[in-house]
Amino acid sequence: MSEVYLNGKFVGSVENPVEFVDHIITERRKNSLANNINVRYDQENDEVYVESSKGRLRRPAIVVRDGKPLLTEKQVSQLEKKEITWDDLVNQGIVEYLDAAEEENALVAFKEEDLTPQHTHLEVTPLAILGLCTSLVPYANFSPTARINAGSKNQKQALGFYAANYHIRMDMDVNLLDYSQIPIVQSIMHPISDYDKHPSGQNLVVAIMSYKGYNMEDSIILNKASIERGLGRSIYYRPAIAEELRYSGGLVDEISVPDKEVKGYKSERDYRFLEEDGIISPEVFVQEGDVIIGKSSPPRFLSGMEEYNLTSNLRRESSINIKHGEQGIIDFVMLTENEEGNKLVQVRLRDARIPEVGDKFTSRHGQKGVVGLIVGHTNMPFSSTGIIPDLIFSSHSVPSRMTMSHLIELIAGKTGALSARYVDGTTFDAEPEEQLRKELLSMGFKENGTETMYNGISGEQFQAKIFIGNMYYLKLKHMVANKIHSRARGPIQLLTRQPTEGRAKEGGLRLGEMEKDTFVAHGASLLLKERFDSDRVIVPICEKSGLIGYVDARKGKAISPVLGEDSDMSYVEMSYAFKLLLDELKSIGVYPKIELENKF
Amino acid sequence: MHNEIFKEYESKLPMGIINDLKQRVPSNFSQAKLKKVLELACEEYELMKVDAGEAVGLLSAESIGEPGTQMTLNTFHFAGVAEMNVTTGLPRIIEILDCTKSLATPMMEIHLESPYNKGKEIKEFAESIKENRLKHIASEFTVNVAKAAVDVTLSQEKLTALKLTVPSVVKAIESMRGIVVKADGNIVTIKPKGKEEAINEVFKLKDKVKEIYISGVKGITQVLPIKKEEEFIIVTAGSNMKEVLQIEGVDAEKTITNDIIEIAQVLGVEAARQSVINEVKKVIDAQGLNVDLRHIMLVADTMTVTGNIKGLTRYGIVSEKASVLARASFETPLKHIIEASISGETDYLNSVVENVMLNQPVPVGTGLPGLVTKNNKKEEKAKYL
Repeated sequence: MSEVYLNGKFVGSVENPVEFVDHIITERRKNSLANNINVRYDQENDEVYVESSKGRLRRPAIVVRDGKPLLTEKQVSQLEKKEITWDDLVNQGIVEYLDAAEEENALVAFKEEDLTPQHTHLEVTPLAILGLCTSLVPYANFSPTARINAGSKNQKQALGFYAANYHIRMDMDVNLLDYSQIPIVQSIMHPISDYDKHPSGQNLVVAIMSYKGYNMEDSIILNKASIERGLGRSIYYRPAIAEELRYSGGLVDEISVPDKEVKGYKSERDYRFLEEDGIISPEVFVQEGDVIIGKSSPPRFLSGMEEYNLTSNLRRESSINIKHGEQGIIDFVMLTENEEGNKLVQVRLRDARIPEVGDKFTSRHGQKGVVGLIVGHTNMPFSSTGIIPDLIFSSHSVPSRMTMSHLIELIAGKTGALSARYVDGTTFDAEPEEQLRKELLSMGFKENGTETMYNGISGEQFQAKIFIGNMYYLKLKHMVANKIHSRARGPIQLLTRQPTEGRAKEGGLRLGEMEKDTFVAHGASLLLKERFDSDRVIVPICEKSGLIGYVDARKGKAISPVLGEDSDMSYVEMSYAFKLLLDELKSIGVYPKIELENKF
Repeated sequence: MHNEIFKEYESKLPMGIINDLKQRVPSNFSQAKLKKVLELACEEYELMKVDAGEAVGLLSAESIGEPGTQMTLNTFHFAGVAEMNVTTGLPRIIEILDCTKSLATPMMEIHLESPYNKGKEIKEFAESIKENRLKHIASEFTVNVAKAAVDVTLSQEKLTALKLTVPSVVKAIESMRGIVVKADGNIVTIKPKGKEEAINEVFKLKDKVKEIYISGVKGITQVLPIKKEEEFIIVTAGSNMKEVLQIEGVDAEKTITNDIIEIAQVLGVEAARQSVINEVKKVIDAQGLNVDLRHIMLVADTMTVTGNIKGLTRYGIVSEKASVLARASFETPLKHIIEASISGETDYLNSVVENVMLNQPVPVGTGLPGLVTKNNKKEEKAKYL
C-alpha cells in the first residue's frame, strides 16, 4: 500500500501506485482532469504526491509515446497558419506542463533525434530550458553557465527604452539610452519578445587587444569620437515631489516663493528660478542648492520655551532643493492632487549622461567592465581598411572565464555587419561558426576575424593580428556620476558630533575598528589620535567632583555642575563620543568621576 | 682559547646562538675574526629584538586573524575502515582559543609500550580501551509483556572478543538502581523493582538499559589502531586522559589528547600551554597557512599566565583586564559598568582601548615615551576656548 498525499496532506492509500499515477496522467491528457494537476510517485518512500496548489514552477514539454512525439507536422503547420492554438495542444494532451516533482519521473529528450522508447517527453525547443533573459544571450551553449547567468543578469541592468510613455511618467531613477540599436546577433527570443521595440544596447566595433595598460583588470577603452557620435549616451531623470500637507488645527503647507520672514529663509539667489507660483519653470539649468519647489510649513507643535518665544509663530521653510552633487535641467513640471486631495507638485530633473571614465559597460556574456580611458580618435589603433574600434576589450578577460560565446559573437557580428543582415545566434541552434567564417572569407576578410592593425600613436604596424569585429554592448545603470563622492569637512551628526555617513549626506569614509588596529600596530599613536579628532571637544572638568562643567560666557568662567564657582576647573580634550558616554552613564545612575592628574 | 671569548659574550647572546656558533666556527679561526663574528652576531641579534613599545599583542592578533579569514570549513578524514571526523580549520581554532569545555571531536593518540607498539595484539588492546555499553554487547533487546521485563540477548561473539562473561555483565548491569537482574544462558532478564509496573515503564527501561556501562574506558567511543612511523598507536574518538594513562602498556610520556582543559587538569598548565601551541599550529599547517610560531606562543602565554588555562572570552582572559572601559568595550558593556560602579573601580587608562575611546594618544609606539621639561610659569592657564 502506498500512501497518497494531496497538496502535502495525507488523503489515503492505493494498492498499485504506478497504475494510479498513470491513470491520473491519462485522464489529465484526456482533459477530463484539470491540467494544472501534477503527480509524482516516489519509489524510495513508496508515496504518491498529487499537487494542484498554486505557486509551483511548471514548464511545457511535448508528450512522447513509444519513442514518437504526439505532435505531428500537420499540427505544426496548422499552428503556423493559426488554425489551432497552443491551448488546443494542451487540451488534447499533446503538450503538457510538468512541475519539478513530476519532472523527476519523466525522461525528457533534448532533441527529436535523441528519442528512444524510454523517453516520456520531448523539449518544445532546446531553448526552453532557459528563461527569457538568458535566451537573449547569443551562442550561450559555448560558455560556462556561471557566465551566462551573469550575462543575463547584466541585461536587466542595461539602459534602454523602458516605457514609451516615459515623458509623462514620474518614475524614480530613470535612465534612457539615446541611440539604442537592435542587435546584429540575435536569438529567436529577440523577435518573440519584441526586442526591436525596446532595444537596450548598441552594436560596437570591438577590438580585443591591449592599449597602454588602461584596459587591464576588466576595464575597457572607448573611442572619444564614437562617444561624440552618440555611443553610450543616455538621459537620467529624477523627480522631486512636494505636497501641501494638512496638519491638525487647519494648518497647511503652502507652495509658493517663501516669504523673507520665514524661519530658515535661504537667500534670494537660491529662489531665483521660482516663478510666482513657487515652482521652477521647465528647461532651467539648476545646480546643487538651487530651490526647485518653494514651500513653507506651519510652525512646529509649540513646546517648552518656544511658547514664550515671540518669533516662534513664524512659518518654517521646507523647500525642495537640488541635493548635494546633483545638477541638471528641469524637464517637466506637473501639478496634480493626491488621494487626500492635497496639492501635489512634481518636478522632473533631466541630466545628460555622456560616457566617462568609470561608467560600466558589458557584452551579453558576463564580460562586464568599467571605462578605463577615453582615447581620441587620432590615437586609436586602426585597421588596414581604416576601421577604428569603438571599444577596446582586454584579451586577459577571456581565458580564465572561458566565455567562448563572447568571441563567437564578435565573428558573427562582423559577418552580419559586413553582409548587412541579422545573424541567428539562438542558443543550441545558432548559425554554425564555420559557416560564418566561410562567409567572412568570401567577403575578403580573414576567416578567423583578425586583421592587420596599426598603432594609432606611432603609425607602426602591430606585429600581432588583432581580433576585431562587431558586438552588441550594453551600458549598465551604474554610472560614476551617481556614485562619485569625497569629503574633507562637512556635516556632522547631532548626537555624536561625528561625521555623517553616506554619499547622500556628504558623509565621511569611516576609519573603522580594523583600520584603527593597523595604526596601533605601527605604533603611530599620535597619527591615530589625529585621525580620530573628528569629534574632538574641550570640556571643563571640575577637579573636586570629577564632573563635566560648563562655561558661563558672561563671566568668562567655567562652572562646576555641583560646586558652582567653588571649584578648580580644568580644560580637558576628549572625544565628544566619550563625553556622551559619560552623560549616558549618569543617566543610568552611574557616577563617572574623572580624576585629573598631570600627564608628565 | 675560543671558549674564553665565547664566555665573554654569554651575557649578550642567548645560549642557543652561542652553541650554534661554537659548532660552526672552525677551530683554526683567529681570535680577531671570531670577535668580529660575535660582534656581528650581537648586532644582528639586537636588530631582531622587538622594539620597546611595539604592539606585540595586536601584531599577533592581526597575524593570526588575517590568515584565519582564509580558513575554510573542511574536515580532515582518516583513511581506513573506521573513518573518523576531526574538526579543523576555523571552528577548531575557536575551540582552542576559547578553551571550550566540550570539544566537538575529542581525540586521543595513545602511544604504547613494547611489545604493543610493534603491533602485537594491537586490535585486542584497542578494543579493551573502548568504552562498552550494554547496547554494544547485546544482539537483541525485547520487551517481554507477559513478564513485564526486558530481555537482553547477549552476543557470545562480542563477549569472547571482550573477554567478558555473563556473570560479569550481570554484575555490571546490577550497578543500575531499581532493577532486578536474572541471567539464563545468554539471555539476561531485567525487571523493574516494585510490583505491577506499568508496561510503558518497561519500555522506558529498555532504552535506559541500553546505556549501562559494562567495560573499557569511559568516554572512548571509537578506537582505531594505526601505524605511524614504524610504530603502532591507537587513535581514539573521545578522550579520557586520566584513565588511559593508568592502563598498563600505555606510554604515558607520549600519549596525548586534543582536549586542552583535560591536559591542564592531568599534566598541568605548562603542558596545556604547549598543547595550545601545538594544536593551533597543527590547524594552521594543515590549512597550508604560514603564521610565525611566536605569535601563537604569545597567545598561549596570555591564556596561561594566571596558572590556570583561560579562553579568549569575556569569562576568560578579558575578565582579567584591569580597565573597566576595556572590558566594557569587549562584550556585555552594561554589566561591566554597573559592577564597576558598585565596587567603585578606577580606570587608570593604561592600555590601548581606553585611550582610543577618550581620544588620547595610545601608549604604544610613539605614544609611549614622555618628555620632561621645565615649566617656567607657575600655573599655566588653559589657553583654549
